[in-house]
Amino acid sequence: MPRKRRAWLWLAAAFGYAFLYVPLVIVIVYSFNDSRLNAEWVGFTLNWYRTLFHDNDMIVAAGNSLFIAAVASLVSTILGTAAGVAMHRHPSRLLSVLVLSPIAIPEILMGVSLLIFFVLLNFTLGLVSVALAHIAFCIGFVAIVVRARLAGMDESLTEAARDCGAKPWQAFRYVTLPLIMPGVIAGALMAFTLSIDDFVITFFTAGAGTVTLPLQIYSMIKIAVTPEVNAVSSLLMLLTLALIIIASKVSPSLLRSQEELAK
Amino acid sequence: MRRARNLGRWLVSGPPLLYLVVFFAIPSLIMVLASFRTPGEFGGLAPLYEEGKLDLNLESYARFFSEAVYAQIFVKSVGYALATTLLCLAIAYPLAALIARSPKRYRDLLLLAVILPFWSNFLIRIYAWMIILGPNAALARGVNGVLSWFGHEPVPLLFSSFAVLVCLVYVHLPFMVLPLYANLEKHDPALLEAAQDLGARPWQRFWRITFPLSLPGVYAGAALVFIPALGIFAIPDILGGPEDSLIGNVIKQQFLETRDWPFGSVLSIVLTVAALLIAGLAAWIARRNLTTPSSREAWRA
Repeated sequence: MPRKRRAWLWLAAAFGYAFLYVPLVIVIVYSFNDSRLNAEWVGFTLNWYRTLFHDNDMIVAAGNSLFIAAVASLVSTILGTAAGVAMHRHPSRLLSVLVLSPIAIPEILMGVSLLIFFVLLNFTLGLVSVALAHIAFCIGFVAIVVRARLAGMDESLTEAARDCGAKPWQAFRYVTLPLIMPGVIAGALMAFTLSIDDFVITFFTAGAGTVTLPLQIYSMIKIAVTPEVNAVSSLLMLLTLALIIIASKVSPSLLRSQEELAK
Repeated sequence: MRRARNLGRWLVSGPPLLYLVVFFAIPSLIMVLASFRTPGEFGGLAPLYEEGKLDLNLESYARFFSEAVYAQIFVKSVGYALATTLLCLAIAYPLAALIARSPKRYRDLLLLAVILPFWSNFLIRIYAWMIILGPNAALARGVNGVLSWFGHEPVPLLFSSFAVLVCLVYVHLPFMVLPLYANLEKHDPALLEAAQDLGARPWQRFWRITFPLSLPGVYAGAALVFIPALGIFAIPDILGGPEDSLIGNVIKQQFLETRDWPFGSVLSIVLTVAALLIAGLAAWIARRNLTTPSSREAWRA
């Protein structure tokens, strides 16, 4: 009887995993397909990748995305680490609400409110406005990872350093920071990934002239489906996968902090 | 000494606090204010002061409540979000249960396998369904082949409510699995064994022990799926037909096409209030559930 029940569970879970992965596998497989239609397998080719690397718009978009992600992850890592440390040592309702709300509310709300904000300030929409917006939602993710790391750390080490006469900054710089570094790096990689993948908030804050990879993909699939989109999608997935694997290797607690996020 | 401690505290929490006040709290407040103003002649907002009069009114709210079409779209959005939540629950439950019951060394790997697709680009995940449901793809040909057998007209799978719902479920599934797993993992197997010894059948064990105990996880997952699903615009935009416009699409349209910011702000505020209500409701039910005597005993056990 228990074995039979287990078989049902396995079957249902296998369906769940197939549901999660088959669509992504199809995107990747068709990126090597020698046909304009994403309908059936014709033959192997690397042509779509060749087209991709000669597509000027796509290269500009990729450059913009990388620039924004670099700036956003750098700044949000610094601010997010500070927020994570503050949330761990001096829990305050205001800080928690401000840090976590941008993650919890539908993304479109942050997108439109920042659009109004930038336009009313006469701030030109473009790379900078997108980066500023990305920083705002990345802070929360970094803070959660850093706080999770701090929660698993022995605070008496910092106290010992203080007792030995270290100034607060020294205690942080030479004791706390090295200990939470894996969390900080994982948070930075996470912020980079979130920024490079973001579509909704970018869509509202980029203005007419600026294009990022997700915006470019959006305008391509709105017009026509071509395997070039599969090719750029596959590369983007590869990049994200690499970043996430590195992040979880650096900080095995990343998975736990995602669960934390889910709570 | 105390002052120095306070100074240190502000040095740490000050910069992120300041950043989020400027780039999150203030824009949100501006949006609330914008909902009380008049749209400008060329879109955006009319001047705040004109001829000595302050431009604040309730016209956009009146419009939302007087034109039935917006209430209908809102109800439709809630319907989609609700259906998404229930379908996610149905698919996520066996996944989470399987992970929670597998040997400890496989758990992280199995969980990672659920989270990984969530990290792939949002648009790529929508695009994948464009391919799968496309008119020339195997699925559409198969379905329409069967339908034509029964003498039915061929149905398009893409650009339909079906496509929107499937993709909504696909995109939000990990949000349901994570809290469910976090809850199921804590269950004590001894409870199920005791029930079995007392003669409970598998279904009884599930409905009377596992499921009631997992309710906090269910509510958390439901809130995590429902809230983002309610505000989505890209999925109906790309996969839906003209009938599938949801509240997110109308907000997008108000801000980028019609450029009626006050009305767009009203819609955004309605969306926020709905999201907060749902989150509050989920938290309230979860707490109430924990404090009813039977479940409290179960937890203690």
